Amino acid sequence: MSATTDVTEATVAEKQPATETAPRRGLHLGRFRELSLVPAILVLGLIGFIVSPAFLTADNLIGVAQQSTELSLLVLATALILICGRMDLSLESTIGVAPVIAVWLVLPSTGGRFTGLGLFPEWTAIPLCLLVGALIGAVNGFLILKLRLNGFIVTLGGLTMLRGLQVALSEGQSIVDLPSSFTYLGKTAWLGVPAAIWICALLFALGSSALAWLRHGRALYAIGGNSEAARTAGIRVDRIVWIVLILGSVLAAFAGILYSGHYGSISATQGSGWIFQVFAATVIGGVSLNGGKGSVFGALTGVLTLQLVVNVMTLAGVPPLWNQFLNGAIIIVALIISRFASGEKQE
Amino acid sequence: MADTATAPANGTRGQAPVAEATGISKRFGATVALRDARITIAPGESHALVGRNGAGKSTLVSILTGRQQPDTGSLRFSGETAPAFGDTDAWRSRVACVYQRSTIIQELSVAENLFLDRQSPAALRPIRWKQLRQRAEQLLGEYGVDIDPTARARDLTVEQRQFIEIARALSFGARFIILDEPTAKLDARGIARLFDKLRDLQRQGVAFLFISHHLQEVYDLCATVTVYRDAAHILTAPVAELGHQALVEAMTGETASAAAAAGSASVRPDAEELLTIEGLTLSDACRDLSLSVRAGEVVGLAGAAASGNVQLGETVAGLHRPDAGRISVGGHEVRSGSVPRALAAGVGLVPEDRHLQGLVNNRSVAENATLTVTDQLGPFGTVLPSRTRSFAQRMIQGLDIKTPGAATPVSALSGGNQQKVVVARALATDPQVLVAIRPTNGVDVKSKEFLLGRIRQVADGGKAALIVSDELDDLKVCDRVIVMFHGRVVAEFDRGWKDEHLVAAMEGVSGTPTASPTEQTDASRHEHGR
Repeated sequence: MSATTDVTEATVAEKQPATETAPRRGLHLGRFRELSLVPAILVLGLIGFIVSPAFLTADNLIGVAQQSTELSLLVLATALILICGRMDLSLESTIGVAPVIAVWLVLPSTGGRFTGLGLFPEWTAIPLCLLVGALIGAVNGFLILKLRLNGFIVTLGGLTMLRGLQVALSEGQSIVDLPSSFTYLGKTAWLGVPAAIWICALLFALGSSALAWLRHGRALYAIGGNSEAARTAGIRVDRIVWIVLILGSVLAAFAGILYSGHYGSISATQGSGWIFQVFAATVIGGVSLNGGKGSVFGALTGVLTLQLVVNVMTLAGVPPLWNQFLNGAIIIVALIISRFASGEKQE
Repeated sequence: MADTATAPANGTRGQAPVAEATGISKRFGATVALRDARITIAPGESHALVGRNGAGKSTLVSILTGRQQPDTGSLRFSGETAPAFGDTDAWRSRVACVYQRSTIIQELSVAENLFLDRQSPAALRPIRWKQLRQRAEQLLGEYGVDIDPTARARDLTVEQRQFIEIARALSFGARFIILDEPTAKLDARGIARLFDKLRDLQRQGVAFLFISHHLQEVYDLCATVTVYRDAAHILTAPVAELGHQALVEAMTGETASAAAAAGSASVRPDAEELLTIEGLTLSDACRDLSLSVRAGEVVGLAGAAASGNVQLGETVAGLHRPDAGRISVGGHEVRSGSVPRALAAGVGLVPEDRHLQGLVNNRSVAENATLTVTDQLGPFGTVLPSRTRSFAQRMIQGLDIKTPGAATPVSALSGGNQQKVVVARALATDPQVLVAIRPTNGVDVKSKEFLLGRIRQVADGGKAALIVSDELDDLKVCDRVIVMFHGRVVAEFDRGWKDEHLVAAMEGVSGTPTASPTEQTDASRHEHGR
């Protein structure tokens, strides 16, 4: 993840060197805003180290990172969408339905336990999956931007509908006989580290850089901050938002590929209920629900915080029955921390 | 009347008007927004466009800036036909526009706001932040604006943001800029600085179209004025040849009545003190401030943006908790910092910003007007629709609110009528003390006159009114004007003050006499219209 860190810090330094005339306080806090969870992560690391010697081992940390990958891709998608002032709840269903549709189109109609259509050769499973993601994003965009429906409700409907589609197609079963090309990315390791981690780090670095150095990336902040002003500045607001929605769904579909590969099957409940964690992670990472604020790196620290808490609790031997309670408590505590670390109201 | 100010039509490019619209018509559904309207702006000209709310000014601006297409009519810039609809860059290189609503994005830096969507030469070329900052510095320097380009836009003052908008608008190379009510949110000092900047620009050959509700500003700044009324062009004339009276007549279509409420109702010196403020201290707003308003009296509380007058008014209404001091209404002390208590004590408030603090936009006129009196609309905490309706109906009649009905959402009303709803709400409780903060902000001449007259009536009915404003027109109806500067009372004027003295006091120029000169009262009142 070091690449991501460097990129974001460089941006901050470039963008807002605390120069003479500007109000010092605001700039300082602005600088810390994205890093407000870093101390929390360090403290968690310290607690983990005290609680269990197993915490600070490469295996454990890589395990945490690997488990964060799928969630973090959804968080990346949500961060981008929230920054331009929109919401997409259906991401959590896309992560399940996109792989199911892809393997349904690819798997042979006879022989296996799961009967597909066998329309396309096996190697097309990944491109198909991403394409399904793009399609879902495009439809969401059409409903929200062309028909001007309420994005929250549209994607809430999408969440339920797509989950239902997955259950119907897979007949409520997990699909285990996946094409090997499909599971490769989730399973393999490069240089001793799971490929999923490399890919995630790369995607976060790309996202961060795009938001920091590309005109269209900066446009997301403008749109989320004041879309009318963005329009008068010549930004094609609807087109960019549409692209972001598509990109978000593609990221979710890709997360689905990693997840399926990692566990070797597509479970019927894949991703179910994740959206709450995704939003929590994104918001405690400093992205505003009202748009125009936050960074991809901040969102990443949000995911890592949540995942580390779970890991530390597991190592400390907290009974799993308490997990849900503690997860919720952590979200609230993290919100409070980032509220006061950044010194800004979360409206 | 004749278009006396149009440029000579000799067809050479240098002489051609920077913008010329003829025969423009535009309708939205059943509403005619513009009917065969026209306007011509010569190079380097300062041209004012005035008209009451709904006269079609905003539509004309949208058409001139290429955001809307006219149904009929033609548009020419410097003799050439207008660019194709949707070719934003081409439009921007011909017309710059500072819109009524801020188009600054608060979370981004000044530099980025200036170069929004053109931070880098091509979409896939990374932004070079250092260079961007230098470009921003250079641009701001060109216009003599001293703002740090790395500052976040939200940390700037309204005035600084305005300059950024102007600098950005002109940076596309246009020699013609439209300013849609640029002074609405500025204090007197900010307006003066804005005008200095505009005059500078004009010397550099930039023409501008200036839209404002403040006729005085038109006289101060512009050489030519065009009046629109009811979606049509009424007249274009040199400002110097058009008196205030004639201008107001052209805007309203009727002969203006004599100066409003001149010198009426002198307050009996033994009248009861309805509002008493003693030793009020409010962090960064005012220090150890005392004043009183007697029954039947309208007192103006004047001051520039940072003077603390608005905060003081809001404190009386219970919006802020003072650090020290007492506020009494009708002799009883009011527990400070609580709006319900202030309401119960008999304080009515017309808040400064009707959109932020005044109205619930998508709810009906009736609901908005009765928001403060829901306890009177039915037994046991119920709100009976019939009673709400009749209450609202009384309000609508009493304040002459032009609305299709009590159930119409307030957002559908014009600015002046929205403000009347806010005033209605303040008056609904039949307050002992009415605090009106900039009560005529952004309303047209007729509504302004009416609202100020209504406030006068409140006082004449034996109540007290406090008008918090920096608008001379608002302050003219007051029996007394108290001037605040940086949290202190610096001067007090009785009726008949001279504009320059009051303005000087608001600007904190020392040595202002607290005198109340009686000569020339009428002259100055006429000069400034209403």
